[in-house]
Amino acid sequence: MQISFTLNGRPTSVDVEPATLVAELLREQLHLTGTHIGCDTSQCGACVVHLNGLPVKSCTLLAPALDGATLLTIEGLTGDPGSNQMHPMQEAFRQHHGLQCGFCTPGMLMTAVALATEKPDLTEADVRHGLEGNICRCTGYQNIVISVMAGAAAMHAAKGE
Amino acid sequence: MKPFAYHQPDQIPDAAKLLTSIEDSKLVAGGMTLIPTLKQRLASPSALVDLSKLGNLKGITDDGATITIGAMTPHAVVAASKLVQTKIPGLAALASMIGDPAVRSRGTIGGSVANNDPAADYPAGVLGLGATVITSKREIAADEFFLGLFETALDPSEIVTAIRFPVPVKAGYAKFKAPASRYALVGVFVAKFADGVRVAVTGAGPGVFRVPPMEAALSGNFDPSAIAAIKIDTDGLTSDIHAEADYRAHLVTVMAKRAVEAALS
Ligand SMILES: Cc1cc2nc3c(=O)[nH]c(=O)nc-3n(C[C@H](O)[C@H](O)[C@H](O)COP(=O)(O)OP(=O)(O)OC[C@H]3O[C@@H](n4cnc5c(N)ncnc54)[C@H](O)[C@@H]3O)c2cc1C
Ligand code: FES
Ligand code: FES
Repeated sequence: MQISFTLNGRPTSVDVEPATLVAELLREQLHLTGTHIGCDTSQCGACVVHLNGLPVKSCTLLAPALDGATLLTIEGLTGDPGSNQMHPMQEAFRQHHGLQCGFCTPGMLMTAVALATEKPDLTEADVRHGLEGNICRCTGYQNIVISVMAGAAAMHAAKGE
Repeated sequence: MKPFAYHQPDQIPDAAKLLTSIEDSKLVAGGMTLIPTLKQRLASPSALVDLSKLGNLKGITDDGATITIGAMTPHAVVAASKLVQTKIPGLAALASMIGDPAVRSRGTIGGSVANNDPAADYPAGVLGLGATVITSKREIAADEFFLGLFETALDPSEIVTAIRFPVPVKAGYAKFKAPASRYALVGVFVAKFADGVRVAVTGAGPGVFRVPPMEAALSGNFDPSAIAAIKIDTDGLTSDIHAEADYRAHLVTVMAKRAVEAALS
């Protein structure tokens, strides 16, 4: 079936089998490999993208759900795919050592940006509750939580809030 | 995943017709339970009938003594709803404890109730509040709806359209999460109405159930101390790698006390 959606700000139209997962579509058909597949069983959050502004697990989303929707992946986070500019949340992860191997990081960032957008004054408890669906095998989470708090503050400072 | 045809009807009767006319077709709502099932090939339907384009299945309305939540309303919307937070805070709290933010973006109340997973949260809220399940064909009281392990009173072509919740005097939910999945190892929903108290338990057995001795005790005295000495029989409770039946039985009393505390706070 033919589906049309906005992908990282650009109108996109693709022909897909209904049984295609969005994570597969992104990585294999559209060659956007920033979205990672960790578990493929809806547990780890490495595949989180934003569908109409909300965080979703792209390994547990069928491609037909994209029709008419707006999709944002890690590649579009700065609003300028391909640029070397970093989003304030990415910058905070870099500053605060919020990653080691980096496998979980795209999903962590997408979840973190959604959290910070939904609630401007995040507490540490909010961050820990909000990251429940994102698993990291390296960091022990402490620096991720610090990064998300700092990134959220930077996002809102940038907006002048 | 095996290939399947995909239908996105925009009218409930059309959806019901597709379900009856296509052999092995299945409804998909948020897909948070169904898609993992398809990926594991525990089901391989010939067609999916997507409910997301049907009008009127999303949203929350205030009817005074009741509030009605459309079947396609995602958990995140219920959790964030000012109306639910004001009228039935225990239900908003329950929705905020389901899974994680990504699961709450997609997963729906209708899908959760229709699926009737023995460890799901909403069945406890629906039974605990004595809600009514509204379908494409009729209205079903919660007490008649949940029939045990993944079984409900729904017939194969029946579509849940909304759930109607009576507004309680007070209500609360407490769950002991299975740490990896965040499903309920044991979850207890407690609701106090002018004419008595209802207590519903999820996670502990093969399906959600009420606890009459706790209901009687709390109807006399709505305080955690009233149920502290009530022990649950382990007969029929689940034992699995997560917990033995006696531990689940113990947790029912602990979570029931916490649910009452939550309702009182
Ligand atoms: C990682 C993860 C963690 C989770 N944690 C929890 C948790 O802590 N607590 C919890 O309660 N749940 C949890 N869930 C399940 C989640 O809440 C699901 O959203 C829910 O069980 C099913 O809702 P859905 O809209 O996704 O339904 P779907 O997966 O689309 O459908 C589920 C079933 O219901 C049927 N169905 C759907 N809608 C209707 C309808 N309107 N009428 C009739 N039949 C219908 C479908 O045919 C299918 O058989 C979790 C899921 C995941 C992936
Ligand atoms: S790959 Fe999607 S949740 Fe792990
Ligand atoms: S940084 Fe390696 S999995 Fe998180």
